[in-house]
Amino acid sequence: MKKLNLAVYWAAACGGCDIAIVELGEHLLELAEVADIVFWPCAMDFKYKDVEEMADGHIDVTLFNGAIRTNEDAHIAHLLRKKSKVLVALGSCAMEGCIPSLGNIKGPDHALNRAMKEAPGTHNPQGVVPQAAYEMPEGTLTLPTLCNQVRTLEQVVPVDYKIPGCPPNHEQIWKAMTQIIENKLPPAGSLLGVDERTVCDQCPREREGKIRVERFYRPHEIIPDPERCLLEQGIICAGPATHAGCGALCIEANMPCRGCYGPPDGVVDQGAALLDAIVAGFEGESDAQIRKVLDTIVDPVGTFYRFSLADSFLHRAKMSEELSGRPCASQADGDGRQEMTT
Amino acid sequence: MKRITIDPITRLEGHGKISIFLNDAGDVENAYFQVPEFRGFESFCEGRPVEEMPRITQRICGVCPTAHHMASAKAADAVYNVTPPPTALKIREMVYDAFVSGDHATHFFVLAGPDFLVGPEVDPAQRNILGLVAKVGMTMGKRVIQHLQETHEVVAMLGGRFVHPVLALPGGVAKAVTPEMQARLIEIGEHLVEFGLFSLDLWRDAVLGNEEYKEMILSDAYLHRTHNMGLVDEQNHVNYYDGHVRVVDVEGKEIARYAPQDYQEYVEEHVEPWTYVKFPYLKAFGWKGFVDGMDSGIYRATPLSRLNAADGMSTPKAQEAYEEFYDYMGGKPVHATLATHWARLIEMLNAGERALELARDPQITDPEVRIIPEETPREGIGIVEAPRGTLTHHYITDEKGIIQKVNLIVGTTNNHAAICMSIKKAAQALIGGGKIITEGLLDKVEMAFRAYDPCFACATHALPGEMALEVSVFDNNRELITRLRRDESIRE
Repeated sequence: MKKLNLAVYWAAACGGCDIAIVELGEHLLELAEVADIVFWPCAMDFKYKDVEEMADGHIDVTLFNGAIRTNEDAHIAHLLRKKSKVLVALGSCAMEGCIPSLGNIKGPDHALNRAMKEAPGTHNPQGVVPQAAYEMPEGTLTLPTLCNQVRTLEQVVPVDYKIPGCPPNHEQIWKAMTQIIENKLPPAGSLLGVDERTVCDQCPREREGKIRVERFYRPHEIIPDPERCLLEQGIICAGPATHAGCGALCIEANMPCRGCYGPPDGVVDQGAALLDAIVAGFEGESDAQIRKVLDTIVDPVGTFYRFSLADSFLHRAKMSEELSGRPCASQADGDGRQEMTT
Repeated sequence: MKRITIDPITRLEGHGKISIFLNDAGDVENAYFQVPEFRGFESFCEGRPVEEMPRITQRICGVCPTAHHMASAKAADAVYNVTPPPTALKIREMVYDAFVSGDHATHFFVLAGPDFLVGPEVDPAQRNILGLVAKVGMTMGKRVIQHLQETHEVVAMLGGRFVHPVLALPGGVAKAVTPEMQARLIEIGEHLVEFGLFSLDLWRDAVLGNEEYKEMILSDAYLHRTHNMGLVDEQNHVNYYDGHVRVVDVEGKEIARYAPQDYQEYVEEHVEPWTYVKFPYLKAFGWKGFVDGMDSGIYRATPLSRLNAADGMSTPKAQEAYEEFYDYMGGKPVHATLATHWARLIEMLNAGERALELARDPQITDPEVRIIPEETPREGIGIVEAPRGTLTHHYITDEKGIIQKVNLIVGTTNNHAAICMSIKKAAQALIGGGKIITEGLLDKVEMAFRAYDPCFACATHALPGEMALEVSVFDNNRELITRLRRDESIRE
């Protein structure tokens, strides 16, 4: 049997998805028997040039993790799409933007200014900000520029499959890999490696089905009963609006789910689904009573859209006209702007 | 001016590059190490509740999420001015020590080890973990894998999972240790100590026993005389989870010893327009550019720095190893960058011993692991020693504990300026004078920064393969005259 050509790439990512692949352990050796890894910058020696030289469709499957934050991320996404028969969004960043897409609330200029000019302890009297191209005495040094918003992979190129999680559980990655190796892939657009249920279905805690609380508690404000549903004890838990697959690991550790596996099948907007699940739990209460309790939730956007802002109906906060008219942060002109308009 | 561009470097988070500029004589004039990635956590953490920060900021790095998790939890404790119960602190420290032991092992055995245990001059196809296992045997390979799995097990046992654990929150930890868990933790702790001793034996035999490596470690190409920083306990022993930050100058003299909340009096950060990572420096000396020595503000915060900044180790076996280290290297402080690997192994032993001590502590099974914070939140700073350097989280909140401002000085960032200098110095020593640039020579340039275990190279830990190097030599008109590239390492 001809070996598969496999590629792994990270764009704007933390490295956790790559660690999850590494956690495959002995399965990696099995993988090496049936697949050649033809591109994996974090572990292997191949370069962009090597990918550019490949025939279109040369790669059978690319696992792409990380969100699209810079023009370089977008460029590589286009390149790998062209070279890959099957493109898989691996993990929360590629699938739904993950935590870095909370950056869409304030935009890239705010991010650069806060880090480079305003962070306590940063001494930057001249207001220096990293530039797309900078002339040093010896020559020009270039950097990728930040896009005006963090996007999911699918918002940049067509995606065939998604593997949810921050990071995806390694067993689930192996399940997906097996589907790929045995050529038993489900219809395009499916999630790989996960069950068709919510985290609540995997959670061992007891539920009544009703929320009888006068206020919500933040996790540090209450020591919860270890046997009972956290949501019913007044702790926001994203379990009902989150796809199953992790095994409710955080809840087992007495901490509420924050939704890193994204919405369950058939749900587009995870935040709206969570709000819906919470409100539905208040059986027989009046709107005013429910509103009073909901008002005790601090940071609704960071709570309901912790991992999924880029892929939600919201996408981002409304951008100023000035920012929405251009693709990048206000750094000096980069060489990657054309890539952003493709 | 000729230019050598090393681009792309793989095994980085995102895309990294090195530009080396040669003067007309063909010697290295300057070198730049650029980090072209930026996600902007300082900005989008604003508006988030402080108790969520341990679960948000760990997404900075999926390789050392436990370090961010702990620094963040400590900062959040400080925001609420709450001291967690003693058992909670012990659980945090034990989990953290197990994490440090595992992280150090992955760096040494998977990333850096092949340079020493296989060698820079051999076929790069062999210079990786598979080549290493082929050379030293499957028994040792399995031992390394078991070590990594057991350290992961400790983190997951309390934190739910190994990548992005969830145990710590302001006022303590979410889960207590049961007697059954304790028994397993002790068993693992014993293994960690054995593995630490085994690794140091390997270092003595395979590295110190080899004249060529010994010479490299002691050579000027890999030497920088900088100040050193590290967290110390009350006895001035190395500690990873807690303590005061101690800074010693290039001669080893204490020049600062401060509590985390005072860090701004001692450290500032400089911005360059050609990279997304800032350059911290000691405020007392100021930013003097990319130079080492007594008058420069550049310091290092690495395993070697921590040993230099401390008076000793907190555990007996590691203390012995520490004494042996300084005897061998000719006294304190040690500035030889490659000796960082040795220091890392000593820390690995120390972290294992400390984790075992804590696992055996009768108090570790006390169910009292949480205190509910009651004071009005304001501002807090938390510092831990990440495997790669001093990690600072600084939060300012409103009266509801909602983040208003964040500052983060991440482990590797401390060493950014030193890494730039180390690349330049190794390149200067190894390239030029009409010498032909060989693959083995390039690997020796890489060894200059691999010693720092830079976090941009994090996720390489358990996989074979060599860092990609493509060296392009340009003439004065920036026309390509030659290109040399290292080939892939594990294709069959």
